[in-house]
Amino acid sequence: MELTRKDILGLSDFSVDEINLVLDTAESFREISTRTIKKVPTLRGITVINLFYEASTRTRTSFEIAAKRLSADAINISTSTSSVTKGETLADTAKTLEAMSPDIIVIRHACAGAPHILARLLGQSIINAGDGSHEHPTQALLDMLTIRQKKGTIEGLKVVLVGDIMNSRVARSNMYGLTRMGARVTVCGPAMLIPRGVEGMGVTVETNMQKALQDADVIMMLRMQFERQQGAVFPSVREYARLFCLTVPMLEEARDDAIVMHPGPINRGIEIAPEVADGFRSVILDQVTNGVAVRMALLYLLAGGRQ
Amino acid sequence: MKLLLKGGRIVDPSQNIDETLDLLIEDGLVARIAPNLPAPEEGRDSGTAVVDLEGKTVVPGLFDMHTHLREPGHEYKETILSGTAAAVAGGFTAVACMANTNPVNDNSSVTDFILRKAARADLARVYPVAAVSRKLEGEILTEFSDLKDAGAVALSDDGNPVASAGLMRRALEYAHSLSLPVISHCEDRSLTEGGAMNESFVSTELGLPGIPTIAEDIMAARDIALAEYTGTTVHIAHVSTAATVELVRNAKRRGISVTAETAPHYFTLTDEALRSYSTDLKVYPPIRGPKDRDAVIDGLRDGTIDVIASDHAPHSSIEKDVEFAYAATGLIGLETSLGLSLAMVEQGVISISRLVEAMSVNPARILGVPGGTLRTGTAADVTVIDITRAWTVDKNAFRSLSRNCPFHGRRLTGKCLMTIVGGVIKYREDARLL
Repeated sequence: MELTRKDILGLSDFSVDEINLVLDTAESFREISTRTIKKVPTLRGITVINLFYEASTRTRTSFEIAAKRLSADAINISTSTSSVTKGETLADTAKTLEAMSPDIIVIRHACAGAPHILARLLGQSIINAGDGSHEHPTQALLDMLTIRQKKGTIEGLKVVLVGDIMNSRVARSNMYGLTRMGARVTVCGPAMLIPRGVEGMGVTVETNMQKALQDADVIMMLRMQFERQQGAVFPSVREYARLFCLTVPMLEEARDDAIVMHPGPINRGIEIAPEVADGFRSVILDQVTNGVAVRMALLYLLAGGRQ
Repeated sequence: MKLLLKGGRIVDPSQNIDETLDLLIEDGLVARIAPNLPAPEEGRDSGTAVVDLEGKTVVPGLFDMHTHLREPGHEYKETILSGTAAAVAGGFTAVACMANTNPVNDNSSVTDFILRKAARADLARVYPVAAVSRKLEGEILTEFSDLKDAGAVALSDDGNPVASAGLMRRALEYAHSLSLPVISHCEDRSLTEGGAMNESFVSTELGLPGIPTIAEDIMAARDIALAEYTGTTVHIAHVSTAATVELVRNAKRRGISVTAETAPHYFTLTDEALRSYSTDLKVYPPIRGPKDRDAVIDGLRDGTIDVIASDHAPHSSIEKDVEFAYAATGLIGLETSLGLSLAMVEQGVISISRLVEAMSVNPARILGVPGGTLRTGTAADVTVIDITRAWTVDKNAFRSLSRNCPFHGRRLTGKCLMTIVGGVIKYREDARLL
């Protein structure tokens, strides 16, 4: 099987077969990162541009390493734009890059829909590395790879996402992916940060974290993004931590073998207690490792590779 | 110069006319409406031009009471010349233009400038709407009386809501004493800040910040309460929600002097269309969900909504070919409004007579200006429509300078064939028509 789509914009229209293809391919690429010489010639001559309009360390680095381990040429462009400081438009930047004949463009942008503009304008493959509060498909794929490794399967598991659901692109992509793979998904967070109609995505809503965690197999904590909110929507960080911090006692509510995930960067003491983040249930660093494998798989599949 | 429109179906709800009649225009006025008016004799130069309109529909000139002509200040988006060219091409003999120009139409010199430009363009009639508050800042009232004398026909801070209920109260009272209508753009900014589209399951899926329906409803409720308390009149612009339709319906039932308008995009589209992230669909109020769309249609059907106006809001690609969050709000409508509204007739929601009320009679009545009738002796502002003509919207063929039209490529049935202003043909779809 091969991936027939040109772009990876989100998981909203990803099929089960496509998700499995990416995860299986990633699985086979994981081994490369354990070699002494962590490089294969697979994507020699392929140019990948990482176009980052938002600050990012882990995602950009992960994409860069993924490209380099496959011998692709990776170029990083970090820039910032806003409606106020009008520089070159996204469309103009896109056309400029196109004129230099890259093969794959990875974009992160503060605006939902920005990767779709590129996908529409350019013949190159576009990978969405996070667009506003919309989607972050590579994160959800690496999360699913991690769950599959730790639990053997995704189907039938109870997965609880906790935090600022409204503004989280990680939550959206995971809701699409996990529900499609047969997980039972509960979203939990402050009532004003639960987006309208989210039940329509096939998830259960619970604003009480103790209740939400009951019988959970997987707990996915989200970064509390105070910077992405318009004005004061939640009273205080302190109040947030009181209700939604994953502490050791809170973890008792979940199944004994529950795993704890976080897309990072973590806010210790706000959404996750240090003992939990560093505890034996935590698979946070496995997620990072899998991130490289998933991104290698996507670059490979988009460049025409087969599993 | 005489013009004889022969054999068309004349629909003029102001006179309860809906039958096949001839219409004679003389010296810019409607001279006669009667069956089988004699055509000028062959071979003699009678000075009468005859147009055969068999099978066509002849109505009082259409009137779009909510447009943005962008001049002065934003001439790269639209000018009074290009905007009125778009108007007559869309079948409109008159338009009202909103005050959010640069400088704002908050003093008589700007009003006067707009009218002079309109006279020079000499296409559709232009009725300036002046600002309620200076610079649309919602703090100090403009000089309503001076603006009225200069030619302003209504007051509105459209584009900005009048946030202060106290200021709105004084505006309604003062405007009422001067017989000037106030047009309210209903938006509680504390609920819409940062919003990009209707708040719904779709906005949740798209990750776009939502604009809840209640932002419109709360201010509509406030303005209706103010109109009731002060015994004044308010016109609610661009109604998009089920609750606001219901508020207006109840207010009318209770005898409050409120009128309301909606725009074609609110009864044509739902927020599902936003899934394309097309910035041409970014507009305030936002395109709502199916429940609201259906309620707006019901409001048109039962007359709760008096007026269809396009809220023609031109923007250039500079404002629109950008990320959705950064894009300007608004879409153009002068050249599609009639076709989209005729779909409501085709679907049996409203009669052609109701359409003429909503797009001609009522706007003129609400603004207190001439028009909306084919009564003998009135200025001959006439729109000729072929309600059966199928056509495809091509935004690149528009007279408007802007292209922010979400209906590009859409098949519509019904088109303006001829637009006559003051007895002079300002637009002809087909040169063979005369």
